[in-house]
Amino acid sequence: MLKGIFLKIRRHFHPDPGSAGAGMGVTLFEQTGDVIRAEQLLKEAGIPVAVKAPPSHMRKGCDLAIEYRLEQEPFLRGIFDANALHPLGFFPVTEDLPGPSSLFLYKDFGDYLMVRAANMKITIEKASGRIVNVSGGGCPDVPYLAHILTTQTLGEAEPPRKKGQSLCAYALHLAFEEAKRLWNG
Amino acid sequence: MEWLICGTVPEECPCRLCRAAITAQGRQLSLENPEGSSRVSIARGSAALVAAYAVTADILGIAPPFVLLAGDDGGGEGSRRVYRFLHEQRIPPVRGIIFHYFWPDVDWHSRLLPRLESLVPKPLLCADAGFMYAAKMSGYAASYDLFFPDAGELAFLADEKAPHPFYTRGFLLSEDNDAPELAMRAYIHENAPAGMLVKGGTDYVIQKGQVAARVSLPSVPELEAIGGTGDTLAGIACALLCAGRPMRDALTRAALVNRRMGALARPTPAAGIADLLEFLPQALR
Repeated sequence: MLKGIFLKIRRHFHPDPGSAGAGMGVTLFEQTGDVIRAEQLLKEAGIPVAVKAPPSHMRKGCDLAIEYRLEQEPFLRGIFDANALHPLGFFPVTEDLPGPSSLFLYKDFGDYLMVRAANMKITIEKASGRIVNVSGGGCPDVPYLAHILTTQTLGEAEPPRKKGQSLCAYALHLAFEEAKRLWNG
Repeated sequence: MEWLICGTVPEECPCRLCRAAITAQGRQLSLENPEGSSRVSIARGSAALVAAYAVTADILGIAPPFVLLAGDDGGGEGSRRVYRFLHEQRIPPVRGIIFHYFWPDVDWHSRLLPRLESLVPKPLLCADAGFMYAAKMSGYAASYDLFFPDAGELAFLADEKAPHPFYTRGFLLSEDNDAPELAMRAYIHENAPAGMLVKGGTDYVIQKGQVAARVSLPSVPELEAIGGTGDTLAGIACALLCAGRPMRDALTRAALVNRRMGALARPTPAAGIADLLEFLPQALR
């Protein structure tokens, strides 16, 4: 059951592999969906990485980069090769790169709870954990993900980042995980 | 003159300039083109915007909109088909254009904007959702006439360093920040157009960074949770603008009508937008 939903705002923790300027690099991919997949593989392998915006001169739009410590680059290459992931390159960085928004907002509707992460909102029925609505966002995979998530429960639904391909999908994933954390108590 | 609605939908949909109508069941859009017709479900997103526009236009006695939609499941291919169409094909003379669910692509946006600005007569340029993100991240938000941000998106517009709402800094996202402050901040940094309708517990009509009107009644808090309520608001507003209402009046009335529609439907947070749209004709009268 849902416990501890009285906090209205909560910051979530993003693992930070280090600080910019201290031997950091980023790797980029053509598709945001590949970045999401790569991040998951690297985290599963225990390599400290963080998702960040690409350096300003490399941004194209709906972008995500993986920041890592430069000495870890051979491990990244090995994991990408083994999983047929083809990054656009590995680049040293000297600037502080924006990271994901670190704030959750909550709205309690009695029988329902809404969790917002950045521009994405997910609403669940407290008693059952059923996802009843997804709102916000502006990337084309949001209506698609909303369609497959609604009516499923938090326990049975596939996390949005599995099929998501955009930053809105990533934000939806964060809201989904936070709703799940709250619902599991 | 009519209005053009551009966007994407999650199902298969050929990228063709169409006229939109709502089917008898009220849950699907029928998109008509001499080459053929297609149907799209009204669940949320650009289809909900088109549906709200079509219902409002019918009540106001103006023509249904031109619609340019393509199927896009998030990979961006459908979005690029629409960008390409707008860049290469003839755009009919229209009073306004709204750009909606798109893959935010700075390069395509930068190629398209000069074409839009050269259209004669120059249409009112409006943006919401992914296209609004592309306009801001490319540095050309001020080239537009109207945006439709919600609270999170307004914080993104106000954050001169954020390249996407995903990266909005926390101090701007806090609920302690009120919309008028953020709207002014976005306008000063040229990250917002002259007109904005900020959706939220209170809807704000913003003109040149200043609050021109506020609408907070009827209060239906559940609307924030229901996917598509922001899209219907944009659709109603565009239809009112096309009918010749001045900007401030059109946006204020759209906010009021959208709330009335919600109040008449008495929804729970689990309702769908098609359930609410049934009440739009009553809310408009």
